Amino acid sequence: MDPAAAKLIGAGLAAIGAGMAAIGVGNVFGSFLEGALRNPGAADGQQGRLFIGFAAAELLGLLSFVVAMILIFVA
Amino acid sequence: MAGGGKIDPMHQFLVEPLFGTQNWSIAGYNVAFTNSAAWMCVATVALIAFMTMGTRGALIPGRGQMMVEGFVRFIDNMLAANIGPEGKRYVPYIFSLFMFILFANVLGLLPLGIFGIHPFTFTSHFTITGVLAIISFSIVLIVGFWRHGFHFFSLFVPHGTPIWLLPLIPLIEFVSFMVRPFSLGLRLFVAMTAGHVLLKVLAGFIINSGAAGIGTGLFVGVPSFVLMVGISALELLVAGIQAYVFALLTSLYINDAVNLH
Repeated sequence: MDPAAAKLIGAGLAAIGAGMAAIGVGNVFGSFLEGALRNPGAADGQQGRLFIGFAAAELLGLLSFVVAMILIFVA
Repeated sequence: MAGGGKIDPMHQFLVEPLFGTQNWSIAGYNVAFTNSAAWMCVATVALIAFMTMGTRGALIPGRGQMMVEGFVRFIDNMLAANIGPEGKRYVPYIFSLFMFILFANVLGLLPLGIFGIHPFTFTSHFTITGVLAIISFSIVLIVGFWRHGFHFFSLFVPHGTPIWLLPLIPLIEFVSFMVRPFSLGLRLFVAMTAGHVLLKVLAGFIINSGAAGIGTGLFVGVPSFVLMVGISALELLVAGIQAYVFALLTSLYINDAVNLH
C-alpha cells in the first residue's frame, strides 16, 4: 500500500478511539446522574470525583486525536 | 495547503513574530515578540483589570466584586475539600493558574476575527501547557520533599500493599507519578487544539459550500452553521471545564504531596 494512503487510513482509524472515549464520558456522567437522582443530598460532595473521572476518560480519547495528528503531520 | 479554495484548519496555530521583531535575539536564541506572547500579555492585562475591578473591598459588593469573590470562593472550597485546612496556603497559586487558563481559553474563542484581529489561543500549544504542568509538578516535588524528606517516597507504596506485590506496585506508582505532568499538559493542549480545528473545519464547510452555489449552500452550509453555533457553545463549556480540571488535578497532586496517602 502507498505509505501516504496508509497514514491517512491510520489517522481515520484513530477516530474510533474518539468514539470510544465518547462512550466513556457518557458513562461517567450517566452513572453520576443515576446516583445523584437517587441521593441528591450526596451529589454536590462528589462533583470533584465526577470531574476526575471525566478527565481520565477524556484524556484517553484525546490521545487518539494526538495519534491521528502525529500520523498526518509528523510520521 | 491553503491554496485552491481549501481552508487550512491548522494555520490558526502558527506562531509568527509581530511588529518586525523577527530578528531579536539573546545569546543566539530568537526572542521575537510573537502573537503567542502578545495574547499572553492580553490575557494578563485582562486578568489584572478583572481583579482590580473586583477587589476594591466595598462593604456592599457590586457586580465585579461578586464575580471575583465567587471565583475565589470556588477555588477556596475546592482546596478545602481536596487538601483540608492546609489547602489555604495553595489558594494563590491554584487561583492564578485557574484564572490564567480560563482567560486564555475564553480569549482564544472570542469572535474578534470580524474586526480583523485574530485571537491566538496560546493554550493550544504544548510548550505553554507543558510549562504550566511542569510548574505544578515542581511545586508537588518541592512541597513533598520539604515536608516529608525522603519519607515522600512512601507515596510509591500505598497502605496495605501485599508483600508479594512489593516489587511491582512501586514501579507502577512511579510510572503513574512521572506521567502526571505530561497528561496534565497534554489534556489542555489537545482539548483546545481539537476544538479549534473542529470550528475551523466547519467554517470551511460553510464558506466552500456557499461559494459552490445556492443549492449546496442551503443543503450543506446552513446545517453546518447551526452545528457550528452549537459547537461554539460546547467549546465555551470545554474552556471552563479544562481550566477547572487543570486546577483540580493540580490540587489533587498537591494533596498527595501534603498528606501522602
